[in-house]
Amino acid sequence: MSVAEPATPGAVDASAAILVEKLNLWYGDFQALLDVDLRVRAGAITSLIGPSGCGKTTLLRSVNRINERLGYVRTTGSIRLWGLDVLDPSVEIAQLRKQVGMVFQRPNPLPLSVRDNVLFGTRVHLPDGRPPNRVEGDRIVEEALRQVLLWDELKDSLDRRGTELSLEQQQKLCIARLLPVKPRLLLMDEPCSALDPAGTEAVEELIWKLRGDYTILIVTHNMAQARRASEECVFMLLGEIIEHSDTASMFLNPANSQTAAYIEGRYG
Amino acid sequence: MFEATAQNRRNLKVEGLFRLLFLWMTCMLILPVALILGVLIVRGGPAISWEFLFTQPLNNMTAGGILPALVGTVWLVVVALIASVPVGVAAALYLSEYAPDNRLTRAINLAIINLAGVPSIVHALFGLGAFVIFFRFGTSILAASLTLAVMTLPVVIVATRESLQTVPLAFREACWNMGATRWQTIRKIVLPNSISGILTGVILEVSRTSGETAPIMFTGAAFFLPFLPQGVLDQTMAMSLHLFVISTQVPDVPEHMPFGVALVLISMVLAMNGISIAFRVYLRGRKKW
Repeated sequence: MSVAEPATPGAVDASAAILVEKLNLWYGDFQALLDVDLRVRAGAITSLIGPSGCGKTTLLRSVNRINERLGYVRTTGSIRLWGLDVLDPSVEIAQLRKQVGMVFQRPNPLPLSVRDNVLFGTRVHLPDGRPPNRVEGDRIVEEALRQVLLWDELKDSLDRRGTELSLEQQQKLCIARLLPVKPRLLLMDEPCSALDPAGTEAVEELIWKLRGDYTILIVTHNMAQARRASEECVFMLLGEIIEHSDTASMFLNPANSQTAAYIEGRYG
Repeated sequence: MFEATAQNRRNLKVEGLFRLLFLWMTCMLILPVALILGVLIVRGGPAISWEFLFTQPLNNMTAGGILPALVGTVWLVVVALIASVPVGVAAALYLSEYAPDNRLTRAINLAIINLAGVPSIVHALFGLGAFVIFFRFGTSILAASLTLAVMTLPVVIVATRESLQTVPLAFREACWNMGATRWQTIRKIVLPNSISGILTGVILEVSRTSGETAPIMFTGAAFFLPFLPQGVLDQTMAMSLHLFVISTQVPDVPEHMPFGVALVLISMVLAMNGISIAFRVYLRGRKKW
């Protein structure tokens, strides 16, 4: 069974891309997530906010199971993507990662050309059991770079190393290289925190443009960013979800006093 | 208010003193290298000639050249490389890219450190017991090279592992998060970006192997054998052992001959190190992130 298959109609709520139920997570003896329940709407941008150490990154990293690499992580509960539990032992990690792209705090393009960066995922997953030929490759690269608004800037320098670009371009490239394998969910861990204000604005615009085509879950320390660039907002504190509502109403009219205190900047 | 006080002046004096002391000690490092090279060039230089490098030893090794020893050393080094590099690089890849941090891994690391600490004469006895007698290779290039390979394996492993670890973790994470397996990550990203360090380690191993004497003494190197080896099961002469022999075991060797052999040996090693450094500079220059 692969997470790529759509859920059986009627069996689950089709509008939920991610459905987290009773998720508990321990790093050794430390419990980082407590009974987390979360429903992430398909095609929307949902931001996770909260002070450092509240578990938002842990939650994000649980979705594509990269926490497991640490070895001392224990998880209970379920995380369903389109109805399928990603914690199920039958899940093939490579297929999960193909469906769930991840963008990191620090742009991490590979030390390859722009073109090879974009084609990396395709080459790893070999759509028809073979690497794309020159023509297909060109088409994939152009399409992905157009989607992240980099094509016009980089179309004449596809042989430049990804690591030599500006940070803003690097981060866009990191998003672009996820797209050719057609992920359905993009996880972003503070994607703008290494960028200058102009870069931040550009990447936020890009994220905003990608909504609808992709479900986007984004962790941010920056409340203004959550407010500008997300449709739904989840506030976490000490491993628990305190409040989850649409972004506008959370910032105008927080239901919980802790949420209000945080977004007013009284702590965190 | 900014004038120096007596205390300031004392501090500065002590400061200057220590600076001078450390500088002096550092310069002392150059001294042995310069002396060794100088003596070898002055006293061994006259021995070097076309005949010396490319003819057989004559008159009970008191005249003639060193060709069989030169060729033998090349044989020993090449076979040792063929044996140790694949094993060493594979082991380093496992330890750096796959191995979880558990008791077994720590035991393996300890074993590598201990292997590096085993005296070469002990390796020689191991080689004699294992390769010459148990595996019945006899005293041969194969037995000697395998002994050398075992001895230099830690160098290859450590150099490879260090160079693998210079590749930032972020690149690996980027690959893994796109669903790449460890091997895909190694092949496409890790190895291409660490190959310069690995090659440096390999070349260092070469230079070390070519000078070793004890491990080959019982396992494959001959006292005097005025033929070129035809295959890995032949015995051979070797530069290092030849130097030992004509310095201590043979009467009436003209003084310039051992110095000449030493000069050729050290030139080989320095040339290898030079190539290794040039290589590293070249590959570093191309690598950018």
